[in-house]
Amino acid sequence: MSGSSPLSRFQPVLALRSRILRAIRQFFDARGFLEVETPVRIAAPALELHIDAMPSGDAWLRTSPELHMKRLLAAGCERVYQLGPCFRQGERGERHNPEFTLLEWYRTNADYRDILAETKALIAAVAEAALGRTWIDFSRTHIELMPVWEVLTVTEAFKTFAGWNPVEYFDADRFDLDMVNKVEPNLPTACPVVLMDYPAAVAALARRKPEDPRVAERWELYIGGIEIANAFSELTDPAEQRKRFEACAVERRALGKPVYPLDEYFMAALESGLPPAAGIALGVDRLVMLLAGATSLDGVLPFRDP
Amino acid sequence: MYSASDLRKGLRVEIDGVPYVIADFNFVKPGKGASIYNCRLKNMITGATLTRSYRSNDTLNEPKLEERTMRYSYKDGDEYVFLDKNFEQLTVRAEVLGDNRFLLVEEIEVDILIHNDVPIGVELPTFVEKTIVETEPGARGNTATNVLKPAKIEGGYEIQVPLFINQGDVIRIDTRTGGYSDRVRTA
Repeated sequence: MSGSSPLSRFQPVLALRSRILRAIRQFFDARGFLEVETPVRIAAPALELHIDAMPSGDAWLRTSPELHMKRLLAAGCERVYQLGPCFRQGERGERHNPEFTLLEWYRTNADYRDILAETKALIAAVAEAALGRTWIDFSRTHIELMPVWEVLTVTEAFKTFAGWNPVEYFDADRFDLDMVNKVEPNLPTACPVVLMDYPAAVAALARRKPEDPRVAERWELYIGGIEIANAFSELTDPAEQRKRFEACAVERRALGKPVYPLDEYFMAALESGLPPAAGIALGVDRLVMLLAGATSLDGVLPFRDP
Repeated sequence: MYSASDLRKGLRVEIDGVPYVIADFNFVKPGKGASIYNCRLKNMITGATLTRSYRSNDTLNEPKLEERTMRYSYKDGDEYVFLDKNFEQLTVRAEVLGDNRFLLVEEIEVDILIHNDVPIGVELPTFVEKTIVETEPGARGNTATNVLKPAKIEGGYEIQVPLFINQGDVIRIDTRTGGYSDRVRTA
């Protein structure tokens, strides 16, 4: 690249990103995962209240490869991962881009705690391969990525930082607002933080915790206060899943949002029997941003519109 | 009417009848949660700031703002009278001008920001020329511009000028800072 193009300043970050992608593939290949590619343009995006798909002709661009990847699990694949673009309507900010790269991986006979252990190993391997170290300086904060990850339940985090317990009494509006304005900005930053066990209402595709059905087996990873990944034990009960999709369709219609058709191929896969499974979506652009020490996606996405 | 997704830095909005400009803007969204549009807003009349969080379904009014290029004509008590090219008259109260009222020069062209027919801001040209009416005699030969002394311009407004400036000199004032810029001519 010549020095005259505005793109040339991205040269170091492009090299870093390339090392990160290679390290991710090496990590999963060594663990016996199958790298897969599923359709980007789809007929039926997963119905979630606050995730909006971009139309593409008579179909939609995927907001996540989740449903297709779970179909592969039901078809007998035990470990699959995918790296690829996803699209979400109206999401544009310092840490959001309407087109972004997600890493998703799924395993059968695993739960969200197994995925947590694997995520920790992945972050260590990627940081080591990409930077040669497992610490970063981010936004004037020194963060040790290893060996300690602080795990807080959503209940603990909300009681501490927002003064109420969303598991006992759930208020959707207040939950989102306090999450971004009170909880996230006050999370510890010296090490990665995991928020665990979300109110069941905010986990459309996750399994309820058997010991406490008020919460779903879902966790989110924060590094430097930035949300990096979302994981859960998969809901495998087709009747419950259909009920949640249908309830979500009603809510979306009430908000005047497009209601996507139910993915009957996915429903059929659940009905044919999905073994216990867990999976995760990790924002690759945000991970690159953190490892590059950049505080905005502007620093790592060379082709982003200003 | 703006919807939350229209919000961006620099946009002017109206809250409770008051015009605000968005000084800082950030789109945030918790995983699987609703979009939240965090804004730091600056009151265009008082300059005070406040922070607000908006959701996708929120709407904000567009303030009725108008900008008019006018010339300063005369002062009438606490009010300053401006005329446009059709000699239509507009009166601006002293507190809207702030210290800029001392920097007005007859016939000077300004941009006046008007909200619901009430002037709320007056933007002067970057430089205005003013005559020094009172200062200690200049130190001849001292051309240093970093050593300053007080001086009064017409209207009694005091600014800091270099030592070589004399009573009767005409200087240029930078209206963005209200400070001395350079000397135009000597007395």
